[in-house]
Amino acid sequence: MDFSYYFQYFLSGLTNGSTYIIVAIGFNIIYNSTGIINFAQGEFLMLGAMTTVSYLKFMPLALAIICAVFTTMLIGFLIDLLFIRTLHKPTVLKMIIITIGLSIIIQELALHIWDEKVKTLPYFTGSLDTTIKIFNAYISPQVLWVLGSSIFIIIILNLFFKYSLIGKAMRACAVNKEVARLCGINTKNIISLSFIISSGIGAFAGCVITPLSQVQYNCGTPIAIKGFTVAILGGLGNNNGAIIAGIFLGIIESFSILFLPLAYKEAIATIILLIILICKPSGFLGKKELQSLKEF
Amino acid sequence: MKIKKLCDDAEVILISCAAAEVIVDPLAKWVFKTPQKDNDAVIRIFEVMKKKGISKIAVIASNTGFGDAGKKQIEELAPKHNLTIVLSETYDKNARDFNDLLNKIKASGAQGIINWSIEPAQSIIPQNMKQLKINIPLFYSHGFGNINYVKAAEGAAEGIIFPCGRLLVADLLPDSNKQKKVLLEYKKQYEAQFKEDASTFGGHAWDALMILVTAIEKSGSVDKYKIREKIETIKDFVGTGGIFNLSPTDHNGLQKDAFEMLIVKNDKFTIYKD
Repeated sequence: MDFSYYFQYFLSGLTNGSTYIIVAIGFNIIYNSTGIINFAQGEFLMLGAMTTVSYLKFMPLALAIICAVFTTMLIGFLIDLLFIRTLHKPTVLKMIIITIGLSIIIQELALHIWDEKVKTLPYFTGSLDTTIKIFNAYISPQVLWVLGSSIFIIIILNLFFKYSLIGKAMRACAVNKEVARLCGINTKNIISLSFIISSGIGAFAGCVITPLSQVQYNCGTPIAIKGFTVAILGGLGNNNGAIIAGIFLGIIESFSILFLPLAYKEAIATIILLIILICKPSGFLGKKELQSLKEF
Repeated sequence: MKIKKLCDDAEVILISCAAAEVIVDPLAKWVFKTPQKDNDAVIRIFEVMKKKGISKIAVIASNTGFGDAGKKQIEELAPKHNLTIVLSETYDKNARDFNDLLNKIKASGAQGIINWSIEPAQSIIPQNMKQLKINIPLFYSHGFGNINYVKAAEGAAEGIIFPCGRLLVADLLPDSNKQKKVLLEYKKQYEAQFKEDASTFGGHAWDALMILVTAIEKSGSVDKYKIREKIETIKDFVGTGGIFNLSPTDHNGLQKDAFEMLIVKNDKFTIYKD
């Protein structure tokens, strides 16, 4: 076994890991503003990819992706407007059940709109045959797109949360909603915004990974489970934790094939999830004290 | 398999359109089947492999009944054909990314890959192989007999070899082939009626029905005991799946030559020649 052999696993782990990170960040943004896990997060990826496939018939790829991201953002906003905002006494349990229901409804609608067939998008650069050779390992240019987009999203979000007024308001909401409201922050609008942002980055992630992984009406849930594991592993609400946890899970999954039958690969995320929930529910970077203040 | 015992106990004729070997082995008095046997498919693949000088193979299958049954047959038959299985893996039927698995195969030193599945994986595996620059001959099962998988692979399916009934290549058969007339006729009728490409699966049902019709005509009555006996005497019946020679000990009636080895060339199925 030479270096390139392991490097190939490493690259594949990094690619999967960065997808998980984007999904986990989507979970985190909504969690921070509402205190709930949005179980329809995986569906945003599927919707983003599917709408791009449809738009592609009328416009070039770049424009189709932009339109699809905005369409999904609109759907995210409508979800908040129709189902979350209208709740009289929003409890964590109620909202979680609503997102589970939404996930099922979106899947069913997607099945009727786009049928059950597997669809795909063209490669952003090059084609199926194009490969880039790095240290004797071969990767598709699309892998660089996935990695690049993840890094881009993470940097933009960090800047947004750190320096913009709205970003700061969202962080204030995450720390303490009551006090944030007392300071004059409209928490309802913050929740809408968090749905818009997380559906937007979900849709974009969906578009970027589709040339590699293809898209089907029910492909959201498995990705959401991985993203959920990463979010928990990194500490719910903690985006930097999610980055570390995502890379960790992606690489563990890739290298697991060296020691375990492939059939167990899908189980690894679940096993890690269980271990972390039992041993350290606050995750890698989550703080125990902070955790005890949250409802969920 | 539940229906097998049910029909046998109630003495009702069942002509199954499913592929699994266990339908007719062990033999049940009242149960027949029309699709080719999966172990014959495996043997045909092995024959081609040997001619290509392949001795070390990797076996991958999806976690479905079809995948499991095929994988079991391959593992059972490989030692008898002097083939060594260097790697054997099952993947999730919804899997979309095979880079890690293929990387492992690359390192295992396999000279040929057999993939047994009916999922979109059949289109993704050759794509991933192309990206990883793995040039190992790829063999598929008869579950690949649908041109849509080739289309979905967008050119990457080129060169995949698999055993299949002759229906998909009916127009390419030499005129001397006994099945050609039946196949072309079936294809024409099916496509006129349903406005879609004929696949081997509908052919299995056609075979089953025609076998029953032949037996009824032969016995001249609708008495189930007489018909059952007549089915066992059907010889040289030309169907879409092959030429059936049924007997009291063989309730399928097809030999391994019912399979033709096909190869994907220019995004179309064509007959494989050594």
